[in-house]
Amino acid sequence: MNRTMACLTAMALCICSLAFAEKITVAGSTTVQPLAEKLALAYESVAPGVTVEITGGGSSVGVTSVGNGSVDLGACSRDVTQAEFERFPGLEALCIARDGIAIIVGPEVSVTNLSKSQVRDIFTGDISNWSEVGGPDEAIVLVSREEGSGTRSAFENIVLADAALISGAAVLQPSNGAVVTTVSTTPYSIGYVSFGYLNESVTALSVNGVAATVENAQAARYPIVRPLLLVAAGDASPLVQGWLDFIMSPAGQSIVEAEGYLPVGPVE
Amino acid sequence: MTRKGIIDEAMRVVLLCAGLASLSIVVLIGLFILRESLPAFHEIGVWNLLSGKEWRPGQGQFGLLPMIAGSGLVTLGAICLGLPLALCCGIFLAEIAPTWIRVVVRPSIELLAGIPSVVYGLFGLVVLVPAVRQIDYPGNAGFGLLSASIVLAVMILPTIASVSEVAIRSVPDEYRQGALALGSTRWEMIRRVVLPAARSGILSAVVLGLGRALGETIAMIMVIGNSVMMPTTMGGPLPGIFLSRARTLTGNIAVEMSYATGLHSSALFATGVVLFVLIMIVNSAARALMSRNVRGGRP
Repeated sequence: MNRTMACLTAMALCICSLAFAEKITVAGSTTVQPLAEKLALAYESVAPGVTVEITGGGSSVGVTSVGNGSVDLGACSRDVTQAEFERFPGLEALCIARDGIAIIVGPEVSVTNLSKSQVRDIFTGDISNWSEVGGPDEAIVLVSREEGSGTRSAFENIVLADAALISGAAVLQPSNGAVVTTVSTTPYSIGYVSFGYLNESVTALSVNGVAATVENAQAARYPIVRPLLLVAAGDASPLVQGWLDFIMSPAGQSIVEAEGYLPVGPVE
Repeated sequence: MTRKGIIDEAMRVVLLCAGLASLSIVVLIGLFILRESLPAFHEIGVWNLLSGKEWRPGQGQFGLLPMIAGSGLVTLGAICLGLPLALCCGIFLAEIAPTWIRVVVRPSIELLAGIPSVVYGLFGLVVLVPAVRQIDYPGNAGFGLLSASIVLAVMILPTIASVSEVAIRSVPDEYRQGALALGSTRWEMIRRVVLPAARSGILSAVVLGLGRALGETIAMIMVIGNSVMMPTTMGGPLPGIFLSRARTLTGNIAVEMSYATGLHSSALFATGVVLFVLIMIVNSAARALMSRNVRGGRP
């Protein structure tokens, strides 16, 4: 009886390890998720038998999940914080792409440049009239993303330095696209979106005198750029490393560029 | 058992199952929402959730009062704007309109009910919000309770108009003949006899409208601004509160659900429980009113 059980258990373990041997699990940022899915799809076609399973949850969930070992890789659309490194000392972050966040205004705003601290004061509500930053005497209408959005947390992280909070009076829109529509149709409004969503209906402001262009973001002149990270706990297994190598290869970086993000390596 | 008897018995069982299925769906949804919201009620506390004025999930602040106020005010606004119009519409269709007008107007009102709410939202965003923005008032950006109330008033119009029309139509003709025979004018007959006799039906029309208003989501998200703030008059007179931005309970769930995890997600389910309870209160209040009317409501 005991031997039968042991035999069965051993067999079950074998089958399990076979079935799951070629699976990479990823959890975290919903900003990284669509890009990671594209990169996974491309990799699965060149590396048969490997599947990449991607779930969302947000950047913090991604870091925590990889830290406690429940996934192979955590996706994160901001820098890993000091507190997170202290909690999980072995974390290795790989920047797979970068994404600029543009400050956009509607058609009736004559201001073309703001300093980073002016942007911060506008979004916290300390500056509430365009005349305070050299514009017309009109109230500023803030447009922001909802709590929990990756773009919002990166914006708070980089521009507000996490200490300040976005004013409660801001109009909140649930997607990058909705922010662009709202800003373009609301006079004297200001908002922020990922570079990939810029179009001719809105004006992207220069920040600290640097225009919001892909070139400036690439050259690290434009100040509001966030990294898109995949975080591993210590050295990655060969299986995971294979996918990471693919992502950093010209083929992978071409996908990054095609999806509207800034590549971090040579493209095809 | 005869063949007919078997068919009867089988159909009885099938219909019973259908009835039980719809009941169990309500119960299961209720239980699921309640289960998911328990961590929020436990960790934040029922009172803190209901009375808190700050909603900042990132900072661990979960207060639903701004959203309760937002839902309440936008529903109030919609009823104030929509009820008179809808009721007059119902009276017109039931009592006054000649047949050829009725066959044109009634289907067009029913068509109004069939328009998807996202289309109303789009109309609000493109037409109403810029129009409301023209009102010269400090802090007015077009997005807010007024735009949302107008959109909602149009959305509840078909419900209230058609249900109250049916209620008015079901008043027995003897009442009208009696009133006219006593020398009242047509308007006196409608106001003094027909409307009081139909009031339980009209009340249920209003409640159906209220339920629709409280539950509306996507159109509200598009025009109300979704700001987490207590509606304020922004320093002006009291009606100015309707130019304030706000967020509804339904919008709170829809806007944040996709990113929420842990306590945040649980707090959104708690928002759903609050909404559930609000709608149950409205419905049972109406039910109580209606049953009182049925017992002693004959003029």
